[in-house]
Amino acid sequence: MIEQYLLSGLTTGAIYALVALGFAIIYNASHVINFAQGEFVMIGGMAAAAAFDAGLPLPLAVVVSIGAATLIGLALERFAVEPARGASVVTLIIITIGASILLRGLATIVWDKRIHALPAFSGEAPIAIGGATLLPQTLWVLGATVVTVAALWWFFNRTLTGSAILAVSHNRFAAQLMGISVRRVLLVSFGLSAALGALAGVLIAPIAFTAWDVGVMLGLKGFAAAMLGGIGSGPGAIAGGLALGLIEALGAGYLSSAYKDVFAFVILLAALVFLPNGLAGRRAAERV
Amino acid sequence: MLLRTLLALAALALPALVHSQTQPIRVGAFLSVTGPAAFLGDPEQKTLELYVEKLNAAGGLLGRRLELVAYDSAGDAEKARGYVKRLIEQDKVDVLVGGSTTGETMAAVPLAESAGVPFISLAGAVVIIEPVKKWVFKTPHTDRMACEKIFVDMRARGMTKAALISGAGGFDRSMRAECLKVAGKHGVQIVADESYGAGDTDMTAQLTKIKNTPGVQAVLNAGFGQGPAIVTKNYRQLGIGAPLYQSHGVASKQYVSLAGDAAEGVRLPAAALLVADTLPDSDPQKKVVASYKREYETKFKQEVSTFGGHAYDGLMLAVEAIKRAGSTDKAKVRDALEATRGYVGTGGLVNMSAQDHMGLDLSAFRMLEVRKGEWTLVK
Repeated sequence: MIEQYLLSGLTTGAIYALVALGFAIIYNASHVINFAQGEFVMIGGMAAAAAFDAGLPLPLAVVVSIGAATLIGLALERFAVEPARGASVVTLIIITIGASILLRGLATIVWDKRIHALPAFSGEAPIAIGGATLLPQTLWVLGATVVTVAALWWFFNRTLTGSAILAVSHNRFAAQLMGISVRRVLLVSFGLSAALGALAGVLIAPIAFTAWDVGVMLGLKGFAAAMLGGIGSGPGAIAGGLALGLIEALGAGYLSSAYKDVFAFVILLAALVFLPNGLAGRRAAERV
Repeated sequence: MLLRTLLALAALALPALVHSQTQPIRVGAFLSVTGPAAFLGDPEQKTLELYVEKLNAAGGLLGRRLELVAYDSAGDAEKARGYVKRLIEQDKVDVLVGGSTTGETMAAVPLAESAGVPFISLAGAVVIIEPVKKWVFKTPHTDRMACEKIFVDMRARGMTKAALISGAGGFDRSMRAECLKVAGKHGVQIVADESYGAGDTDMTAQLTKIKNTPGVQAVLNAGFGQGPAIVTKNYRQLGIGAPLYQSHGVASKQYVSLAGDAAEGVRLPAAALLVADTLPDSDPQKKVVASYKREYETKFKQEVSTFGGHAYDGLMLAVEAIKRAGSTDKAKVRDALEATRGYVGTGGLVNMSAQDHMGLDLSAFRMLEVRKGEWTLVK
């Protein structure tokens, strides 16, 4: 029993972690919480399903959908966030809420309001591990999350662009003085977040399907995971996502499934009250 | 040639003449054509338009034309209320057909009752007709009937202990409550009662709990949308042996295509419309469901749904009642509606009475099983 709960929790948690990382990256670069993050997850799944239905081979459909979501992320930054760069953070957050509503509406027009499925990457035969069973797709979700996290670590610590983003997140003004283009950093962050969200959407689509409105709940859970881990912290986002997934699965298994979401959000509230900077505990320096 | 032109002109002029002499019979509709319940309202509106047109082409009703006055209430009870007020007071409709959702219907009930307008709802919940309201009728079967149909089938297979898993939506919760209420009456004991949230991506935790509950002989999933398809996949993943029942909420080809092989052997109660092609010719509903399916699918190039069928039944019940009443006098039409006996519609055989303003019994539901990716009738 416990093995099954842990596996379920880790799978869901890995998806939350990818969404939470998207929140963290944009927050770091701009202090904006991008409420359109869930919509990138939706676009990833829906675009992949549409491309696959149109006859593209599955790997190509996945690449096309992540590419499309990245372009939409870049466009969102360029045409919605960038023109309002002088505005307050709250204004920018409201812009992202507007963008999320727009993207959902567009999805119902470009695609439709039906639920779509993507075939599993490598079959649907359940694999038995101890007392639990898992689907091959679960391994894809966990594996892709590990690879992505490793790639992100390399990007932020070993490349110039990655270091530039980190520099901007630590001190925007000083970074600007060092000749770092904050505009470019913002653009890269939105593109990267969109790609991460789309990846999550593609990975989850064979397990949980996709529809024009799946981004709402996944975005909210990803946001909760990011807050739980400490907003703006990469390792925190991963820890927060996995913790949230495990809490939900164990809560549903051992306590009551009726209050599954309640446990998750109560823990989140408790974390905000007692650990206001999240699990990762980095102090946010608020400029007044 | 001249004669033909004259005839054509006469044919064009005739409806206008009739129109000027007698007022059209006005059918007022308020449907969720857009918004979250668009999958209900869209086929409903198309059906009403199609059949009002057909009836007029066949000479109308009582020598008068039918006119459809339809508004899009977008799944919003407040909007529905506004439109119904307008339908009654400004458009002066003779009969109301609509309310795609229970919320919209219940918002319209007080208005129809106080104005005294016959009102045929297209929404599911039992509260619409229970307690009986003088002017309110409905066409779709209720979730309670779905529960009963499932429990009867379980008993027929010798099962008495069932587990329940349901979603967080309005449909899911209402059906869960009804199932819990009627389980005892049919000798079925609910030994586990699990739930999942809106937008949940994985239900293996809940299903593992059910799997480890001793004595579970069958599992019933009261759900709507993608939840039931995920439950079905997780169910097979965990290798649970007990039969899985789904609700009429997922009675569509879409559910089978989403769940794929995992749906094999799943049973659910559904209206005859879903298996129109495989019904035997001796079936009393064969003719009506087959012709509705053909006409709808030819016209709109999309798969027929039970929801459009509810609208078909609503319109036809109203038409039959007006015919029998011989006028559009609202009280007479209401009495004629209540006296409906033996109407065969897409939803089943309708026998209304003063105590029953829906008039369907359990035979309206067919028990279906997925075999080789197709719905098949369980004998």
